[in-house]
Amino acid sequence: MNNFDYQKAATVSDVVGKSTFVAGGTNLIDLLKYNLTNAATLIDINTIGEHHDILEIEDGVRLGALATNADTAYHPIIEQRYPLLSRAILAGASAQIRNMATNGGNLLQRTRCYYFYDPHAPCNKRLPGSGCSAINGYNRNMAILGTSENCIAVFPSDMSIALSALDAIINIKSEDGERSVDFADFHRLPGDTPPIDNNLKPGEFITSIDLPLKGFAKNYSYLKLRDRASYAFALVSVATGLELDGDTIRDVRITLGGVSHKPWRVKDAEHYLIGKKADRENFSAAADIILQGAVGFAHNTFKIKLAKKAIVRNCMMALDPSTQLPGAQPSA
Amino acid sequence: METESFTKTHQATTVTPRTITLSINGQQHALTILPYVSLLDALREYLDLTGTKKGCDHGQCGACTVICDGKRIISCLTLAVMKEGAKITTIEGINHPIQQAFIDHDAFQCGYCTPGQICSAIGLLEEGKVKSREEVKDSMSGNLCRCGANQQIIDAIMQVKGGDNE
Amino acid sequence: MTQIGQPISRLEGKLKVTGAAKYSGEYKVPNLLYGYVVSSAITKGKIIKIHTESAEKIKGVVKIFTHLNRPGKAWFDMQYADMDAPPGASFRPLHNDEIKFNGQPIALVVAETFEAAREGASMIKVDYQETKFQTDLHSNLAAARDAKKGMATLLKPPPPKPTGDFEKAYAESDFKASGEFIHSTEHHNPMELFTTTTLYDGKGKLTIYDKTQGTINCQLYVGNVFGLHFKNVRVVSPFVGGAFGSGLRPQYQLFLSVMAALDLKRHVRVTLDRSQMFSFGHRPQTIQHTRFGATQEGKITALNHTSVAETSQFEDYTENVTNWSSMMYPADNTLFEQKLVSLDVNSPMDMRAPGGSTGLHAIEATMDEISYKLNIDPLELRLINYSTFNNAEKKPYSSKELKACYLQGAEKFGWYKRSPQPRSMSRGQKLVGYGMATGIWDAMQLPARAEAIITKDGKLHVKSAVTDIGVGTLTVMTQIAADEFGLNMEDVLFFYGDSKLPFAPIQGGSFTTATVGTAIVFASKALKKKLLKIAKTSNEAFKKAEIEEVTFKNGMMIYKDCSISFLEIINTNKDKPIRTTNFGYPHALKLRKYARAVHSASFVEVEVDQELGTIKVTRALTAVAAGRIINPKTARSQVLGGMVWSISKALMEETIMDAQLGKYINQSFAEYHIPVHADINELDVLFVQEDDKIINELGIKGVGEVGLVAMPPAIANAIYHATGKRINRFPIHFDELMES
Repeated sequence: MNNFDYQKAATVSDVVGKSTFVAGGTNLIDLLKYNLTNAATLIDINTIGEHHDILEIEDGVRLGALATNADTAYHPIIEQRYPLLSRAILAGASAQIRNMATNGGNLLQRTRCYYFYDPHAPCNKRLPGSGCSAINGYNRNMAILGTSENCIAVFPSDMSIALSALDAIINIKSEDGERSVDFADFHRLPGDTPPIDNNLKPGEFITSIDLPLKGFAKNYSYLKLRDRASYAFALVSVATGLELDGDTIRDVRITLGGVSHKPWRVKDAEHYLIGKKADRENFSAAADIILQGAVGFAHNTFKIKLAKKAIVRNCMMALDPSTQLPGAQPSA
Repeated sequence: METESFTKTHQATTVTPRTITLSINGQQHALTILPYVSLLDALREYLDLTGTKKGCDHGQCGACTVICDGKRIISCLTLAVMKEGAKITTIEGINHPIQQAFIDHDAFQCGYCTPGQICSAIGLLEEGKVKSREEVKDSMSGNLCRCGANQQIIDAIMQVKGGDNE
Repeated sequence: MTQIGQPISRLEGKLKVTGAAKYSGEYKVPNLLYGYVVSSAITKGKIIKIHTESAEKIKGVVKIFTHLNRPGKAWFDMQYADMDAPPGASFRPLHNDEIKFNGQPIALVVAETFEAAREGASMIKVDYQETKFQTDLHSNLAAARDAKKGMATLLKPPPPKPTGDFEKAYAESDFKASGEFIHSTEHHNPMELFTTTTLYDGKGKLTIYDKTQGTINCQLYVGNVFGLHFKNVRVVSPFVGGAFGSGLRPQYQLFLSVMAALDLKRHVRVTLDRSQMFSFGHRPQTIQHTRFGATQEGKITALNHTSVAETSQFEDYTENVTNWSSMMYPADNTLFEQKLVSLDVNSPMDMRAPGGSTGLHAIEATMDEISYKLNIDPLELRLINYSTFNNAEKKPYSSKELKACYLQGAEKFGWYKRSPQPRSMSRGQKLVGYGMATGIWDAMQLPARAEAIITKDGKLHVKSAVTDIGVGTLTVMTQIAADEFGLNMEDVLFFYGDSKLPFAPIQGGSFTTATVGTAIVFASKALKKKLLKIAKTSNEAFKKAEIEEVTFKNGMMIYKDCSISFLEIINTNKDKPIRTTNFGYPHALKLRKYARAVHSASFVEVEVDQELGTIKVTRALTAVAAGRIINPKTARSQVLGGMVWSISKALMEETIMDAQLGKYINQSFAEYHIPVHADINELDVLFVQEDDKIINELGIKGVGEVGLVAMPPAIANAIYHATGKRINRFPIHFDELMES
């Protein structure tokens, strides 16, 4: 960990155009300690007076980028209107980390790939051109969708999987003004540029995340499959929101986590389900559509089948959200 | 062999220490430190408050849990300079029935994770968000115990918490 | 009331729940220097150059030690050997330019602050010449060979010699079962990072706060390596934040801390980081094979168990993997084998239930397999093959209440509700399985010394250099000593964790309570004689008393209807404390005729999700026959801890070696999975009555390892019962159980 200068920001205009902000610190300080990144000056954005709240807005709800994950998950508006988001947040990290980590930071967290974290192993994400150790290495927790020959790392956020399913919009400020990005267009696939995780440009600052009105509060579920019951990253996770008319699907969202460099959502699968009966057979057909093009590696081919089964299971759980268990474990 | 490690190289910076005041267990502590000192190291190495433990230094074990403005946080992934003005409670400032419950249930062996477990449990009780034993277990899962006292730890918390132990 | 047998809460409990307990890196030391280790980035080869210039420019960096500038020290390999060193040449930190394993310490940055040392370490660049390495056991099986013998072989004998004609008996047996069992590398990962704080007093004397399981082991090591008089080296370790075997040998932070303190004539603390906790001893990866043959009636007639384990290129670490089956099941035809393969890794080390937790999985899963082939209840199969005779040593057990473990355990667990067929039980969307297995561990005892003192105020003090790594030694030894003199716990103080106290061996192998407890009994008996002798000089009533006729209670010595208080005896002794130091040792002659072991039986229920394969150990019970239980509260916790480790071993724990890079890639608590609270459901422990009048004065066997031998195979067996899938590779990943 290198030494750095430290400043507290008072307003957003203090930070736009600059780099290396610290909010919760749960990922950045970790990366600094592992010498995976460095900073000349660390700008503390917790001291900015705004963007800490969860607010109702005209066409939905606005999540301040500086609100913590815990405050967001437990906020009455989120619990009542967007319980899928609550569930996903509470399936991530630990209670302590959720008390520190912020919504903006959650979207920007970096991969947990073993080789990215090992400063001496080749990794195109850490050092472009050095190679990918994971493709021919131990890749149990790596991607099966949207991979490239340069990188098969996975984006580890749970919160983002729900935000993707909820069609969230990310509000960004820069010296040039403000812009909004659809959630689907925020995170990137590795392609030829594995170091770039998302489309936030240097000098830009996330101020808030907007949730549209539709929250799927009646039929929703988040399922997370991992090698222990809690406090571990997903091998596969699924966020499902369903809008039903009797047992017919009026609207549906399905996003997969733990399988790609970005939250994986296939709108064709959702279109396929609309107007169909909410049953295993149809969910299974949709799962096949979502997993189209999936390619496994030596240690993670199981994820293709697991993801399909997880989608079906989670959609069935969404029919009765009371079946969900702590830690987003499979229903009893 | 290629000898350069694949990390970014960095230059030594000339940052000078600054004096900050931390409020810990109701007392004001002035200390002069560099910005890159974690809250955990500030407690242990600069203030001799060694009850807060370092198990991984990377937010992966919970041994360094302290209570900050009423909420449990891990002190290894925050900087001391970021906590000026915050009210910090460490195990040294705690006098709570959960401590006796830990002794009664034999909820520790080596004792190294214990201060973090206790701070986390108090945070959990104060948050008041979880009810069932299963929820408590999930909410306490950020605190590892290598001796395997898990069942006794949850027993101790459920006893103090009261209510449904199913 | 006697103290032994009481569920007394840990005496150090208050210190632990208030943060007042001081571990090795927590002593306040003025002008302390901090050392941060630089680890090798390659697996094998030579250091060409270490670039220290930019690190030296960091403000606060005092000195950077490498193999080029490290001070001179012991020349002969022998002097690096500690009490637990396997045959070979112990690793010597910063010895020369040679790299023997990935993560090897190659430099120490010493600075005025922890942060400066860490920053300095991150700025050191190293040029290496890398050579070809081998770190994969599976592709190097052709190099398997017998282990070298040495001192450590005494405690870990090679497998018993073949008996009968295994191949013939196996070929002719009515029923056969066989399997290949693969176990990954594991690292101890105690919660506390390995830390040494060396205090340099300026007169050649060192006080060393170390994380260790043996204060005297470290004292001798430091004395030998640095050429210091033993009396000038004091190692203090009253609180140890877990160890599980990792503290049985001095680790390299001790060497580096002492080296820097002597060279810089300053106090120095060296703490390893979590990834460096993966750079020393570990449970070796192993490949085992079993072939068991049985008769129609379920009698095991043929046992074959082989194992290949990794070791380093410089030491032959062994553990008993294949010795156990003939200690448990009396078959006439046996064939056992243990081989090693040298790889470019650091030496493996004892890790909780070394060998036993590995071998018992293979044995008890094979027994399970036979039970299904024979259509006999797995518990019934064990009873059919029950024996109180150890076939490996050809001796009867000093005691063996395993049958009580089986029967009482089965009853309490509800084993008889099990429906015999695999995949025949379910609960909602989960398949339910019951599995059971047997456990065994050596009941060992080593010699140790203890001092017992009646102080001027009439209290009892007892002293031993032994550590308490969290197992309850302080409490248990206090109970034993209190009962010797009929005292309350408050009137006894046990001093421990300090090399200046009477000799105790390293703390491990479940032998500490028997070893140090017996020493305390010996010292107490001698002290009682001394008290009587002194009492006789002042009190007429005691003149004719023989020691056997005297009792002790509440600070009094009682003979017939007369009594004399300790204070009066002290008074007779001119107000000076009365003390004795004695050796306690096993009764070799008496014990020669007997085999000694602690036994257990574990019963496990699992739920496996029919669709997804996710596994939950819903409940488990371990019944233990371990002789006399000194403290049922701390002993229960020991067994519960072993049960949590069992879940970890069977389902989670593995250090993943990337054989292309020659290194472990999950060197963190985020990716090296041990159970979290959410993984632990109902665990139960049952101690059965076992009175062993032969084994030692107190009838003690030890409980440290036995919780971790039966339950891992019981989990695997329960998974088989739930799903019909027999997975012999640990840890079992849930995706292997996913519906096809």
